[in-house]
Amino acid sequence: MPGAIYAEGLVKHFGDVKALDGVDIDVPEGTVLGLLGPNGAGKTTTVRCLTTLLTPDSGKAVVAGIDVLKHPNEVRHSIGLSGQFAAVDEYLTGRENLQMVGQLYQMSARDAKKRAGELLDRFNLADAADRPSKTYSGGMRRRLDLAAALVVSPPVMFMDEPTTGLDPRNRQALWDVIRELVGGGTTLLLTTQYLEEADHLAHDICVIDHGRVIARGTSDQLKSQTGGERVEVVVHEREQIAPADEVLRGFGKGATTVEEHTRKLTVPVTGGAKLLAEVIRELDARGIEIDDIGLRRPTLDDVFISLTGHTAETAEEDTEAGGLVQDAKPRPGKKTKEEAK
Amino acid sequence: MSAVTEAVKPRTPVASGGVSQSVRDSLVVAKRNLIRMSRIPEMVIFGLIQPVMFVILFTYVFGGSMNIGGTTDPGVYKEFLMAGIFAQTVTFATAGAGAGIADDMHKGLIDRFRSLPMARGAVLTGRTLADLVQTALTLFVLALVALLVGWRTHTSIVEVLAAFGLLLLLGYAFTWVGALIGLSVRTPEAATSGGLIWLFPVTFVSNAFVDSSKMTPWLRHVADWNPFSATVQACRELFGNPGVSDSGAWPMEHPVIASVLYSVAIIVIFRTLAVRKYRNATA
Repeated sequence: MPGAIYAEGLVKHFGDVKALDGVDIDVPEGTVLGLLGPNGAGKTTTVRCLTTLLTPDSGKAVVAGIDVLKHPNEVRHSIGLSGQFAAVDEYLTGRENLQMVGQLYQMSARDAKKRAGELLDRFNLADAADRPSKTYSGGMRRRLDLAAALVVSPPVMFMDEPTTGLDPRNRQALWDVIRELVGGGTTLLLTTQYLEEADHLAHDICVIDHGRVIARGTSDQLKSQTGGERVEVVVHEREQIAPADEVLRGFGKGATTVEEHTRKLTVPVTGGAKLLAEVIRELDARGIEIDDIGLRRPTLDDVFISLTGHTAETAEEDTEAGGLVQDAKPRPGKKTKEEAK
Repeated sequence: MSAVTEAVKPRTPVASGGVSQSVRDSLVVAKRNLIRMSRIPEMVIFGLIQPVMFVILFTYVFGGSMNIGGTTDPGVYKEFLMAGIFAQTVTFATAGAGAGIADDMHKGLIDRFRSLPMARGAVLTGRTLADLVQTALTLFVLALVALLVGWRTHTSIVEVLAAFGLLLLLGYAFTWVGALIGLSVRTPEAATSGGLIWLFPVTFVSNAFVDSSKMTPWLRHVADWNPFSATVQACRELFGNPGVSDSGAWPMEHPVIASVLYSVAIIVIFRTLAVRKYRNATA
């Protein structure tokens, strides 16, 4: 039996650009699927096809047991969508926004009002309920948008990059809400550029790139598939990157990844602590000064690199020295319609 | 958790569609747009200033030099002019409707609406209904200003109200053109200029501000058959104002019927196109 969200062979073109090239997805009821990929990979297009906003050129989609292409309006009764932009009317108050959405989900005016009150309390917006949402902070607006998606407690939820642009505290708060939702039995498809986010929230992960699912599994499965541990070295000076690279190549089981501006080198290894000691001795013997060295389990970042040959969040393009790895930057030279809008 | 999952269960009426749902959803959206307008009063005020300015400028600047029905009496031009200004004003609602819908697209609200189990045309119908309310308000204020500068009607109240009815119908029809423009452009700014530019030739190549019988023959034909002219002519007749054209063109001889037919045709055509566009809208 297919899951609460099921797609088979979704294809979608925008002019000459093939945004989706046969996407297959199966999300069992009550679980979270993290759809992971860089900008323009096809995440948003997939969500738009599943939420009736776009008609795929070909393929099959079933949500909450209803055929999306044949009965889009019935699907709309069973889904909630929280998009990349907080889609609330900024001149309406929080309460007015939620009441309007409730009524458009075909609730009576009375029920919509009652439900709006409950959600405002639940999302800590009660104090601001009667202020135009224009006056809300980014985090508050995102909470209001999420509340709007939950007006009818839909069995199936779609969230398109729900935490993009949120500060760490608000991101944590939103994660808590998402965990609660899923604890209550909601099926969720979540797109994200943040590997960490998928790691924390998703039962299963689909990695998508160029409109195709290139890997799927649990976070642990994907990591072990990528191989064992990594040695990570931060050298003291930029000139020492090349000699350190040479040393690591002698010990590594794969290609070394170098981040120039942070002077960090990473290489997959087998051999654990004993090998780490050998690496340190060798680096020391060659007079390479190191700021930091360690052994770590692969992250989803490593998974992404080994699958696609590039990072999900192309940190090396971040010109600021020591720029945050979490700073998602779109990759240049690959602009689909999804990105252009 | 309870608050999130134990919702007030919606009575899921999967048998959706139907006229009553359409009306209800449209009214919900219209209410939203009216609340929104009331919170941006400067937009309503600017919308009023422009036509009031036109009334004053045309009356006092052009008033003495326009020949209407063989006289250049400024008092005659004043009464001639008002039907034209009223009609031009209602058509300017096009820009507001277009900009509003383009803004909703831009902000992702159209995506939200399209993911809801609501009647398909309701987002657009709600917007055009709200614009109709705003147009009525503008027209009311404008009529008061016109009375102040000396405009008078010379017919029964029923005929005067019928004229305002035709004006509102024309304005409503044009907001559907605005809706289509709003769905077709990328930004609210483009919708505003795209909604206005073509209105200048449409409202000037007409009988609104001058006696169209003095135009070059080919231009005169365009003016006589211009849907906009039919409403202006109908209003002049119904107000009992001077300058009713004696052209033999059918819309000029039957202006009331022509005005209704034109407006209804515009609504049918542009509503169909706009709703189709809305269904496939991508922000």
